[in-house]
Amino acid sequence: MEIKARDLGKDFGEKSIFRDIGFDLREGQSLAIVGPNGSGKTTLVKILCGLIRPSTGSIQYFDNGGEIDRDHIFAHIGLVGPYLELYEDLTARENIHFFVRMRDLTGVRDKVDDLLEFFKLAGREDDAVKTYSSGMRQRLKYIVALLHDPKILFLDEPTSNLDRQGIERVYQVMAEQKSNRILLIATNDQEDLKYGDEQIAVGS
Amino acid sequence: MEMNRLQLVRKAWYVFDKDIRQEYKTRYSVNAILLFAIVTLVAVSFSIGTFGASPEVKSALLWIVLFFSAMSGLAHIFVREEETHTADTLKLLAVPTSIFLGKFFFNLILFVVMEIIIVPLFFAVMNFAVEGIWTFFIILILGSLGLSAGATIIAAIISKASAKGALFTVLAFPILLPVIVAGISGTKIAVNESSISAASSEIQMLFAYSVVVITGSLLLFDFVWKD
Repeated sequence: MEIKARDLGKDFGEKSIFRDIGFDLREGQSLAIVGPNGSGKTTLVKILCGLIRPSTGSIQYFDNGGEIDRDHIFAHIGLVGPYLELYEDLTARENIHFFVRMRDLTGVRDKVDDLLEFFKLAGREDDAVKTYSSGMRQRLKYIVALLHDPKILFLDEPTSNLDRQGIERVYQVMAEQKSNRILLIATNDQEDLKYGDEQIAVGS
Repeated sequence: MEMNRLQLVRKAWYVFDKDIRQEYKTRYSVNAILLFAIVTLVAVSFSIGTFGASPEVKSALLWIVLFFSAMSGLAHIFVREEETHTADTLKLLAVPTSIFLGKFFFNLILFVVMEIIIVPLFFAVMNFAVEGIWTFFIILILGSLGLSAGATIIAAIISKASAKGALFTVLAFPILLPVIVAGISGTKIAVNESSISAASSEIQMLFAYSVVVITGSLLLFDFVWKD
């Protein structure tokens, strides 16, 4: 898996958020996106995920030498971010079930149980998400993002709302991801930044 | 890897199933539509009286009740995704076509359920009767198809705007007007004629409208949904 970003820029109306962002990333590499609040870190993550289009530049994804188009990149990525909410009227199990079905995953019952155990949500999976604390919601976001073993994992403010135990679990995930896949994080937390082999600054 | 049609329909079904589960738990759209429909029906029946209007006027009133009831609840299918910030989550999980089809089926089922309750009530309260029951049934089904398809794509368009409720009705009215006009005309014919062929132009019009709106929506939804 490989990502090639060239001259990415984003404008909202007449206001330019950032310009000329470019990088190459391969499996086994990680990248941290840093910048002050409002600098466009989240916008850049959304562009890289294919959720919004850039105003300038291009982004290409390659797998086994072939390019993957924008509509099909979603099968290869996992995203955890504060703006990415789950269905709060449904239970955690129903949310997970929806993700499993939409991603065409089969035989993942053990994996789901392991992830629920790992993120300390076992025993609460039949509660509606609206009864969860913000930390529990963040843990559930990690579970649904990791169900399909994403080749690229995007983490926007990866440790927000988490207690120390949750943060340690996330660091385990980040360490494993960057060892053999691609990890992108958007953060200003110094401890999180240790997991980015390289850094790019936006809005500086 | 191209997604085949079976996968597309299967994922549309998953989106539909998810929306049904959410609706079962919150009953937001069902409550909004039914309460609006019943209040409108009661208001209409009190204002014109049981025998105070011709069948032609009653035909128009039926479609007006159906249209505004639809307006009160069908937009929720996309507005809910935006307001609860789950739209991006959904974008990560399915191609736009699956999402549109799932949402359209949900709105269609919701609208048909509403009709199953409202139409018999309208017949009873307004002392309304039709000669051509099959004509009326076909007009109602095709009208539901057109209204649901039009309402679904308009709901997607307005979901990112502020003042969604007002915008939905204002945008929907001109787009859905052909359905209302053909629905009223077809119902008027059904009141007096038992033959389906008497309303053939209205049936063709409603069928063509549904095909055009569904096809157009499938082509345009990609742009509406992503940007």
